[in-house]
Amino acid sequence: MIRVVLPAHLRTLAQVDGEVQLQVDGTVTQRSVLDALEARYPMLRGTIRDHHGGQRRAFIRFFACELDLSHDGPDTPLPDAVAAGAEPYLVVGAMAGG
Amino acid sequence: MSRVRVLVGTRKGAFVLNADGMRDRWDVSGPFFAGWEIYHVKGSPADPARLFASQTSGWFGQVIQCSDDGGATWEPVGNQFDYATEPGTHQWYDGTPHPWEFARVWHLEPAPGDPDTVYAGVEDAGLFKSTDGGKSWAELPGLRTHKSGPDWAPGAGGMCLHTIILDPARPDRIYAAISAAGAFRSDDAGQTWQPVNRGLRSEGIPDEDAEVGHCVHRLAMHPARPDVLYMQKHWDVMRSDDAGDSWREVSGNLPTDFGFPIDVHAHEPDTIYVVPITSDSHHFPPEGKLRVYRSRTGGDDWEPLTRGLPQEHCYVNVLRDAMAVDSLDECGVYFGTTGGQVYASPDAGDTWAPIVRDLPAVLSVEVQTLS
Repeated sequence: MIRVVLPAHLRTLAQVDGEVQLQVDGTVTQRSVLDALEARYPMLRGTIRDHHGGQRRAFIRFFACELDLSHDGPDTPLPDAVAAGAEPYLVVGAMAGG
Repeated sequence: MSRVRVLVGTRKGAFVLNADGMRDRWDVSGPFFAGWEIYHVKGSPADPARLFASQTSGWFGQVIQCSDDGGATWEPVGNQFDYATEPGTHQWYDGTPHPWEFARVWHLEPAPGDPDTVYAGVEDAGLFKSTDGGKSWAELPGLRTHKSGPDWAPGAGGMCLHTIILDPARPDRIYAAISAAGAFRSDDAGQTWQPVNRGLRSEGIPDEDAEVGHCVHRLAMHPARPDVLYMQKHWDVMRSDDAGDSWREVSGNLPTDFGFPIDVHAHEPDTIYVVPITSDSHHFPPEGKLRVYRSRTGGDDWEPLTRGLPQEHCYVNVLRDAMAVDSLDECGVYFGTTGGQVYASPDAGDTWAPIVRDLPAVLSVEVQTLS
C-alpha cells in the first residue's frame, strides 16, 4: 500500500485522519498516486493539481524520502521506499504565514 | 413564529447565526470550513434548507459546499470552473494584457424557482451556472466574451464578478457587476449582455464616462420595483430608474460617497442603506465613527444611524457583500465588518447591537427569513 500524508486542510476536506493508504497498480508515480487519491476522495480534485493537465497548484509541494519531488515529472517512478510503503508520499502546503 | 438565519462568510470560516423573530438572542454555530476563506454563503429561495458556500484558499483553490439542512452539515460539490472558450486577456493594473485566469468564486446566487439552479460570479470575471445543485458548472460566456472584455481591468480585490441580480419580474433578465468593468444586463437569460453604465463618471480612467471601466462595488434592487437599481460605486452612490439604461448620482448629503455595500429595505423600495467609508486610501469610517446611512427617499437625503454602533476609535471596513436585510415586519438590517463584528438592527436601522464581536474579518452576510 502507498502511504500518503495530506496537509491538515485537505484531511478535513476529505474527512480522513492521519495517513491515507492507497492501492496503486503498476508503476508507482506521482501521477498514479494522485489519480488513486482523487478516485478515492473526489472532493480533492482541483485542490492539489488542476482539473485538466494535472499541473501542480503553485502553493503545493511534493516530498518523499527527504527529497523535494515537486519539480519531477509526473510519470517519474517514485522512490522504492514509497512504492514499498516504507516511506510516505507527502503533499505539503507551501510554508507561509510567518 | 418566524425565525432568521444569518449566514456569515469570513476570512477563516463560515458561521451560521440563528434567532427567533425577536432577533435579540442568537445561537452561533461554526466555524465551518475553519481556516478557509469563505467568500459567500447563500440559501436557496426555493428551498431555504439548501445553502451554498464558496470556500477558497490560495493553497488549495476553490471548493463549493452544499448543505441541505440549513447549514448543520455540508457536502463538497463541484469545483470545476472552466471558461467555455479560450479566455484571452484583460487589462492588468498597468494596462498591459493579462491572461484571464480563474481564481475564486465571489458570489453565489441561487435561483428563485429551483433549488438545484445556482449562479456563480467568479474572478477573473465570468458568470457560471449549475442546474444540478452545484455538482457541475457551465459558463455563460456571453458576458466574458463581450467585445469590451479585453479592456476590463481588476479592482484592488481582483477582477471579480461580485454581484448577480435575477429580475423577479422578467426571468430572462440578469444583472451582473464587475470590478472594475461596470454593470451589465442580459435580457436573454445570460446569453448576451450589454454594459449599463451610462451616467457613471469615474476619475482614474482615461475617459471618465466610458462605456466600461467603472469600479462598481455593489448593485441592489427591490423585488417589487425591479427597474429601479441602486449602486455603490467606488466613489458615488447612484440610482437608475430604467433598468440600468441611465444612472444619476444620489450621494446627496453623505459625508463621503465612497463605500462598498448598498441594500434596500424589504418593504420600502425607497429606503436604502449604505456605509460611508472615508476614501479609497483610507478604508475605514470617517472620524472613526461607524455609521450606517439611510435614505427614505431613494437617495439624495440621508440620515446617519448610530445607536448601538461604535462612535469613536472605529477603523473597520464593511465589504461589498457584507450587508443584508430580512423580510420580517419590521425589517431587520445586518452587516459584518473586517473587525469581525456582525451587527443587527431589528428596527430598520434605528438601533443596532452586535450579534458577535470577534469573528475573523467578515467577507459576506446573508439573511434568510424562515417561517
